[in-house]
Amino acid sequence: MTAIEGKQLKLSEIKELLHAKIFAGEDKLDITAKAGTASDLMSDMLTGKTGGVVLLTGLCNVQVIRTAVIADVAAVILVRGKRPTQEMIDQAREHRLPLFSTPFTMFTSCGRLCAKGLRGVEEKPPAPAVPPYGC
Amino acid sequence: MKPGGLLKKYSIKPRDFVKAGEGSIRIQKFLKFIGFDAGLIRRISICAYEAEMNVVMHGGDGEMSMLVDPKEIVLEVADDGPGIPDIGLALQEGYSTASPEHREMGFGAGMGLPNIKKNADSLDIHSGNGQGVHLTMCFEVKTR
Ligand SMILES: Nc1ncnc2c1ncn2[C@@H]1O[C@H](COP(=O)(O)OP(=O)(O)O)[C@@H](O)[C@H]1O
Ligand SMILES: [Mg+2]
Repeated sequence: MTAIEGKQLKLSEIKELLHAKIFAGEDKLDITAKAGTASDLMSDMLTGKTGGVVLLTGLCNVQVIRTAVIADVAAVILVRGKRPTQEMIDQAREHRLPLFSTPFTMFTSCGRLCAKGLRGVEEKPPAPAVPPYGC
Repeated sequence: MKPGGLLKKYSIKPRDFVKAGEGSIRIQKFLKFIGFDAGLIRRISICAYEAEMNVVMHGGDGEMSMLVDPKEIVLEVADDGPGIPDIGLALQEGYSTASPEHREMGFGAGMGLPNIKKNADSLDIHSGNGQGVHLTMCFEVKTR
C-alpha cells in the first residue's frame, strides 16, 4: 500500500489521458493503479512500493518487462511513442502485464496523471513548497 | 510442507540477456502459488532478480537455488566468473563496473547489491579475485 492516499485511476482512464496505444492486457483495462512511478533505471524500479502502480519509462527492451514483472506493477507505459518489440509484447502477454505506449514525453505523461490525482510512491507526503501542492 | 523443504534450481548463463531474469520470475510465480505473504515474495523476487542480473552482466556460468522451509527461505546464487575483488566497495550505493551497453539497457546503477542487502534478512557474500561469487540470502517466514 502506498502511504499517501491519492486517487486510484483505472487503466482505461490512464490509456485515455495519455492517448495511449495498448499492446498487451486488453482484458485488464478495468484494474486500477494505486500510484505512479517513472524511471529509466531498472534498480530504481525495484525500490519503493511499486506493487500495483503504473510504471512510465523511456527504456524499450525486454528487460523492462521482466523488471516490471518482478516489481509487480499494474502496467508499463513506454513514453515518447516508443514501440515495443514483438519479444516485449510476447513476454508481457505471457506474464499478463498490461503494456502501453504514449506519444507524450515522460514529463507530460507524469504531469497529466498527477493532475488527475494519481500519486507518486513517496512514503510520506512532501512538505508543500507553495500550497496547495498538486502531486 | 515436507520436512527438509522444497528445493528449486535454475541455471544462469552469462551475457544471455534474452533469458535473463526468467529464473527469478519462476521463483516469484512459485512463491505466489504457495501463497506466501506479498511483502515477503516481493523481497525475495527483488533479491533473486538483482543477483541473477549480476551473474548475467558481471559473472560466469551460474546457478540459482531456493530452499523453502516452513520457517525460512534460503536463496543462493553462485557463479564461476571473475569474482568481486573488494566486496566492501561493491556494496556501496552507486559503485558499478557495468559497461556502457549495460547502462543503455537501464542497468548499472550500482544499486543491486545494496538493494539485496536491504531486502534480505541476512546476506552472506563469498568472493575474491578470480573466485566467482556466492551469495546466500535468508528470509524469515513469519507464521500468521
Ligand atoms: N556475480 C558477480 N560477478 C562479478 N562481479 C560482480 C558480481 N556481482 C556484482 N559484481 C560487482 O559488484 C558491482 C556492484 O554490483 P551492483 O550493486 O549489483 O551494481 P551494478 O550491477 O549496477 O553494477 C558490479 O558493478 C560488479 O563490479
Ligand atoms: Mg547489479
